[in-house]
Amino acid sequence: MSELPNYTFKDFASDQEVRWCPGCGDYVILRAMQKALPMMGRRREDFVFVSGIGCSSRFPYYMNTYGFHGIHGRAPAIATGVKLANPKLSVWVITGDGDGLAIGGNHMIHAIRRNIDLNIILFNNKIYGLTKGQFSPTSDIGQKTKSSPYGNTQRPFNFGELAIGSAGQFYARVPDNNPNDMADIFVAAEKHHGTSVVEVLQNCVIFNDGAFDSMVDKSVREDMLLYLKQGEKMIFGKEKNKGIRFNARQLEAVTIGENGITEDDILVHDATDPNPSMHFMLTQLQYPLPVGVIRSVDSSTFEELVDTQVSASVQKSKFKSVDDLLFSGETYQV
Amino acid sequence: MSNDGHMVAEHTEQAKIKLDHVVIRFAGDSGDGMQLTGSQFSDTSAMLGNDIATFPNYPAEIRAPEGSVYGVSGFQVHIGEVEISTPGDDVDVLIAMNPAALKTNFSAVPKGKTIIVDIDEFTSKNLTRAGYDQNPLDDGSLDSYVIIKAPITQLSRETIKDMGLDNTSMNRTRNMFALGMVFWMFSRPLDYTIKFLEKKFGNKPNIFEANVKVLKAGYHYAETLELLPSAFTVLPAKMTEGTYRIIMGNTATAWGFLAAAENSKKQLFLGSYPITPASDILHELSAHQHFGVVTFQAEDEIAGVCSALGAAFTGDLAITTTSGPGLALKSEAIGLAVMTELPIIIVDVQRGGPSTGLPTKTEQADLLQAMYGRNGECPVIVVAPSTPANCFDFAYEASRLAMEHMTPVILLSDGYIANGSAPWRIRSIKDMQPINPAPSPEPEAAADWMPYLRDPETLARQWALPGMAGFEHRIGGLEKEDFTGHISYDPENHEHMVKRRAEKVKRVENHIPEQQIDGAQSGDLLVVGWGGTYGSLITAVKSLHEEGRSIGLAHFNYLNPLPRNTREIFTRFKKIVICELNMGQFATLLRSEFPEFQYLQYNKVQGLPFTVLELNEHFSGLLG
Ligand code: SF4
Repeated sequence: MSELPNYTFKDFASDQEVRWCPGCGDYVILRAMQKALPMMGRRREDFVFVSGIGCSSRFPYYMNTYGFHGIHGRAPAIATGVKLANPKLSVWVITGDGDGLAIGGNHMIHAIRRNIDLNIILFNNKIYGLTKGQFSPTSDIGQKTKSSPYGNTQRPFNFGELAIGSAGQFYARVPDNNPNDMADIFVAAEKHHGTSVVEVLQNCVIFNDGAFDSMVDKSVREDMLLYLKQGEKMIFGKEKNKGIRFNARQLEAVTIGENGITEDDILVHDATDPNPSMHFMLTQLQYPLPVGVIRSVDSSTFEELVDTQVSASVQKSKFKSVDDLLFSGETYQV
Repeated sequence: MSNDGHMVAEHTEQAKIKLDHVVIRFAGDSGDGMQLTGSQFSDTSAMLGNDIATFPNYPAEIRAPEGSVYGVSGFQVHIGEVEISTPGDDVDVLIAMNPAALKTNFSAVPKGKTIIVDIDEFTSKNLTRAGYDQNPLDDGSLDSYVIIKAPITQLSRETIKDMGLDNTSMNRTRNMFALGMVFWMFSRPLDYTIKFLEKKFGNKPNIFEANVKVLKAGYHYAETLELLPSAFTVLPAKMTEGTYRIIMGNTATAWGFLAAAENSKKQLFLGSYPITPASDILHELSAHQHFGVVTFQAEDEIAGVCSALGAAFTGDLAITTTSGPGLALKSEAIGLAVMTELPIIIVDVQRGGPSTGLPTKTEQADLLQAMYGRNGECPVIVVAPSTPANCFDFAYEASRLAMEHMTPVILLSDGYIANGSAPWRIRSIKDMQPINPAPSPEPEAAADWMPYLRDPETLARQWALPGMAGFEHRIGGLEKEDFTGHISYDPENHEHMVKRRAEKVKRVENHIPEQQIDGAQSGDLLVVGWGGTYGSLITAVKSLHEEGRSIGLAHFNYLNPLPRNTREIFTRFKKIVICELNMGQFATLLRSEFPEFQYLQYNKVQGLPFTVLELNEHFSGLLG
């Protein structure tokens, strides 16, 4: 095998014209991915991007890697076949809140449950884009959309809760206006051994513009977002004077120096804790909104268990050819 | 030969009656071990050189109430010295382990034939459960049958009373008593079954010994009992020399895929979701992981087929197995396989429909679903095995066609052949037709390579696998420009691609054999069938042909595309009758393909196979 080429982001851009609406958050994600792939130390031909249907799912066409644009909701199932057939590949699932959580919800939770080593990037814009503006499983109660002109009456999923509730071992959340952080998280997802789930808070400029602005806009994000870093205190705010403590069985945002609160009261983030309770609470926290790698726990993966079992059976087998099977056991002569 | 194809030959000096074939049905409660009893009898007969055909008939309920009519489980064995193609219509000997078994199976036994009952089970409680107002053994309703009333339960228990077994274990040996009796009646040796029991109960010597004792007790009981009118013997059939084994249709299907994987040097991948009556293929392939098979039990039918598609993209021989309702769920993904031109095999073991229908019964009503059940113009190859043994050949053939032509193939098996068993002459897989999957491109071709470059003859595209440097490409469900594979909404290109995909499937006709006819090669009546009905059709057609009637059978295994000589065959006969276990789906296909012929139909939709008798009568009527 020849040496790993010195890739730049250009090596991962395909010759296809990108067709998302101008200003769509998807552009940032595409750029972050093309930036992240050269940082992973893997060969271009080993990347496979699998998608379903929706705006997000056009993604594979824009990547100069192997790609499979599937059918609505089924990308995790297709990707599972790819990974089982060749566990050496780096397999990515690109999906959205409609594709991955409505029509494809079943495949999503089962892929996560098995802990197959897929990297699932879910573009959450809280709306259906490609079908032109219906509410999705992550739309807010009361959200007015084409199919809920009087306000959405369906309670939403919190994808972080769902991922961790499905026995997820890696969950990260990232806004779409910070390509550098996003690229780092994609690299972390790739390095993680097992199903990695990344929720991108993605702005749909056409049908749900500004859905996350109150939290992620550059003017407020320092105060509204909690940037989680492994082993560091959960401190946020422009002045770095706010933090999260555990009080009365829940997480609470507090100001250091007020009411006798010191830095010692502030929690330290440990994404590697096998116990998911703290991670689960973090996914539920509304203010500040935690972003970054919330959970990252190493455990054996589905394809490893399959591969180990199959290889051991092949090793021990008394049959070297199907002929041995056909002529084995109860046969008789005529 | 008489109408039911049964003939009593001569008396031998041992006063045994020689038969050219005989049908025996074991029936009892689903907990009575009838499947095991029946298969022991058929396996022993096969070892003696008889041809056999079997059919298990089990209830849809896993644990129906004991003694109830819907808890009755049966296993029918047809053995003979002649070629046997069906499990038989009429039962010569019925073994009824309780009143419910008698009630549900009685109608299959013609007058004059033998019924063995366990009289110990004919208690008033059991009679009521079975829905009898009075005991049929006493009321004269069975006077025209040979009834053997054997105290099977009592004698079984008596035999092993000193062995210290509990009640349940003692009662569980009853089936061995019945089997012993039937073994004696048909001059079968016990050693095969004794060997089997030794294996089964190897670590429970007490249970093993009890079963053998009861088996022998049944054998000796039959020998000494004056109630048995005579003993029968069935001589070996005249079968082609070779090594044989008894194989079930679903097992043969699984093994055919194993053979195809080895001969094509591909890893075998199965993505599947459990469904009756297809799950045995999943079980069988899972048990053969030692060949490197990866079986993935998915979260649903759609994930089953989608995972197979992902594995096909990555270069595996990829299959998914299901039955009718599951095929419906897989439709969209099969369309994606057509669009991406990837080889997958979808096995549909058909059952009675629509909806959940009759899960444990057979039917041929998924043909049009296989042909057309997708959105858009979406042709696939459709092939159908016709016997339990040739499930092996057609699983292999489906794999060959899928990978050589880069297109999905639907394999239409059915509950009848999937669960039926028959002797199978084993051949080395080295002697099978080689499989040459569509090639992966050579590394030096990378510069001008395109994903939809096609083989000029088959139109198959090349199979460039993730991991191959220089061939990174994207495929998907959106319409693609030919050759480049770029997304294209161009109207002309779309029509061109629709035609390409159709043409690719059509050209498969140059790579499959011509249609053969059994019996008369031209003349008065051509019987047309397909798939699992072969056994009944060939038996009926053969007997009429042997009587000198001008009748032939064209039994189709290739349904799309049809063999290239199909039209020519149809011109050779005055009448054509299409026989199917549906309302006429193949007839509909043939009418649209070859409208110049008049097609008669013979259809049955009862969840049951054709009987030879009803076919004989119908064909005789048509022949005039
Ligand atoms: S509709 Fe929304 S999500 Fe889709 S491309 Fe346009 S802006 Fe992006």
